[in-house]
Amino acid sequence: MTEVIRYEHVDISYKGKRVVHDVSFSVEKGEILGIVGESGSGKSTLIKAAMGLLGKDGLVTRGDIWYKGMDLPDLKPREMRKLCGTELGMIFQTAGSSFCPIRTVRAQLYEFMTEHKKIKADVFENQAEELLEKFGFEDPKRVLDSYPFELSGGMQQRVGIAAAMLLNPKILMADEPTSALDVTVQKQVVEEMLMVRETFGTSIVLVTHNMGVIRAMADKVLILHEGEIMEYGVTEEVFEHPESVYTKKLLAAVPKLRR
Amino acid sequence: MKIRLIFFGILALALVIASYFSEYLCPYDPYLQDLGNAKAVPSAAHIFGTDRYGRDMLSRVIVGSKTSIYSTLLLVAFITVLGTMIGVFCAWKGTWVDTVLMRISDVFLAFPGLVFALAVAAALGGGVHNAIIALGAISWPKYARVARSETLAQKETVYLRAAKLSGCGTWKLIFKHILPNITGPILVTAMLDIGTMMMELAGLSFLGLGAKPPVAEWGSMMSDTRNLLTTHPWVTLAPGCAIFVSVMIFNLLGDTVRDWLDPRNGR
Amino acid sequence: MKKYVLHRFLQLIPILLGITFLSFAMMRLAGSDVVTEMYQNRGTEVSQEIIDAKRAELGLDQPFLIQYGRWLGGMLTGDMGESYMTGKPVFPTFLSKLPATLLLTALSIILTILVSIPFGILAAVTHDKIPDLILRFFSFIGNALPNFFVAMLLMQLLSIKLQLLPVISDGVTLKSAWMPALTLAVSMSAKYMRQVRAAVLEEWNKDYVQGARARGVRSRVILWKNVMKSSMLTIITLLALSIGNLLGGTAIIESIFMWDGVGKLAVDAITMRDYPVIQAYVVWMAIIYVLVNLITDLLYHRLDPRIRLGVTKG
Repeated sequence: MTEVIRYEHVDISYKGKRVVHDVSFSVEKGEILGIVGESGSGKSTLIKAAMGLLGKDGLVTRGDIWYKGMDLPDLKPREMRKLCGTELGMIFQTAGSSFCPIRTVRAQLYEFMTEHKKIKADVFENQAEELLEKFGFEDPKRVLDSYPFELSGGMQQRVGIAAAMLLNPKILMADEPTSALDVTVQKQVVEEMLMVRETFGTSIVLVTHNMGVIRAMADKVLILHEGEIMEYGVTEEVFEHPESVYTKKLLAAVPKLRR
Repeated sequence: MKIRLIFFGILALALVIASYFSEYLCPYDPYLQDLGNAKAVPSAAHIFGTDRYGRDMLSRVIVGSKTSIYSTLLLVAFITVLGTMIGVFCAWKGTWVDTVLMRISDVFLAFPGLVFALAVAAALGGGVHNAIIALGAISWPKYARVARSETLAQKETVYLRAAKLSGCGTWKLIFKHILPNITGPILVTAMLDIGTMMMELAGLSFLGLGAKPPVAEWGSMMSDTRNLLTTHPWVTLAPGCAIFVSVMIFNLLGDTVRDWLDPRNGR
Repeated sequence: MKKYVLHRFLQLIPILLGITFLSFAMMRLAGSDVVTEMYQNRGTEVSQEIIDAKRAELGLDQPFLIQYGRWLGGMLTGDMGESYMTGKPVFPTFLSKLPATLLLTALSIILTILVSIPFGILAAVTHDKIPDLILRFFSFIGNALPNFFVAMLLMQLLSIKLQLLPVISDGVTLKSAWMPALTLAVSMSAKYMRQVRAAVLEEWNKDYVQGARARGVRSRVILWKNVMKSSMLTIITLLALSIGNLLGGTAIIESIFMWDGVGKLAVDAITMRDYPVIQAYVVWMAIIYVLVNLITDLLYHRLDPRIRLGVTKG
């Protein structure tokens, strides 16, 4: 298997305060890595750093994030932009709010595509419809016609995943993709992401505090506490034989999980 | 943030105190005419020069602060209290009283800015007092609105229901629980309004609908001396700058108070 | 949407009644005895009989509400009485002066838009950096200057020192309109730029901006196609609200620059206690303002898909 992305001794500070310290891990092709931690543990910050979304207050102060021989934090915004969406995709906790509320899904997906390559409107139309069908939407035209707020929460999330896959990125960064959803819809979204890995061979970095979702999806898991790695290993092993005290406490706090 | 608040607070307070004791602060009698020394160029003796009757401009500007600053503050204080009372009353009572009062405030809000104030001033005749009534008439609805919506929000809170269930009386509920919780937004509205009111009061006086000459008031002083602008600009510019500086100080204070009370800034 | 429009029009009725009633009542209380006032203003001595006859003719011996009803009826047919000063009918006089004020208002709004929208956006995107700080400084200064003071400063600078524009208007011409329009625009831009900045900044901090960034959309495209489209709604609403301040503000500026519009008409009427003229001014300015607000509101509903499609939660 080939390595897709590698974090090496990454430190991230936010407003001068260190929130992530000495984090190293790597993700291979088609692998799903789960990053678990409480809110404020710095888990979202980790993936935002790779996407160049830390904002003006956040900064990678030490270490590298390697992707295809490029150190992502060192890239100029212009170069970073070209990778976003094409090489690195992202899905958000509430996909609905990651779209502009007063423009249709079609307009925004078309804009997304034309920002990265020249494409005719009808070609785009076909591609988008085909993709949405793959994601189980029966009436892709209607989805494209809608404004984001017209879709239900689960639909928004699935459109969000489909949108992220539009340009077939190598890695999908998922920031709490199930946390805002009902349990039944959560299951659907989990299946959707597994399908993505199956069909496109995409690697997924999944950030969540939901141990159930991790157990159901992740090949490897990384436990983060106050910006530092507590445990990092194959999911099964971490769950069955946790080594660190923190992981044990975390697992004990979770109600019975059986696959 | 805190330092800024204290700094502008002291500055504004100094301005208010100075305006209250303005009579004792001026170097000359602001109403004493000295035609022999009319339209004097600014000098060490008369920093802002003298007007066409030879009155010392500095003294007139200082005394003018009494009308301009002090009256404005009284006005803002008055409409804040009145508007808040109406707003809280409406929110508390609900029913038709609320509807009627809010419709009335709608009507007042339907008049554009100074137009209604002009009409009130015209109906009552000139004079600072009438100008203040005119401005009060156009600005109370804003406070009533803020107080009403804040009170309604408070009424819905769990703690207020708890207080009510534990047998707290109406007055106690309003004074001990509601008022302390709604003062923030109202205070911000009021602070930011001081500058605007000052300018509008000066505007009415400028039109001859507020203070009238020879009473020293910045707006009317500017209007009174405006034909000297070409030849003796300081006579007009001095009261203008006085308005500018005081409005700026109160605006800065207002902005600071707003930032300070803004929960997003996490004190 | 249709239902909403109808609803808004129905809401307008009590407001308009309130406006007219308030204007009427105020002027009637002020000019308690219109007839004596009228003759006094014309400077003629008359006997009590003539006064009584005139009162009966004007219906002033009738109860207050009936007088109001009559006045309202007259207003609807364009009859708002005669000026005490000139004896000419008020409404046509008002109408003849209105275009001048509208020209002035339009010109200053255009100037304001041209200045404050680009600079407001610039300030928002350079948030807390140098251009933002400079623009905020200017906007702050502008906010603390009363418009009559701005008028004098501009006169001193543009007309007297640089001799670019005429000090006092020589009739309703575009050339004479520049000074008063510029004055109004200075005060309005200072306030409006701040609001534009705040509106854009609010959108700029929303999640969808980050979403678009994660999709690799260029900042320029995010700003113009997404953020601006959303904040335009707020910007338009705020513009309409500031028109209210503008309409009131013209009165002072018109009389400073001797611009022959309704504002100057009203200020002159106030000094002369010419109540019918003041009444017409107050009522019509309020009606214009209410209509402007109504149009804005409908436009807002038309433009925002969330409201247009009847979804309350976004």
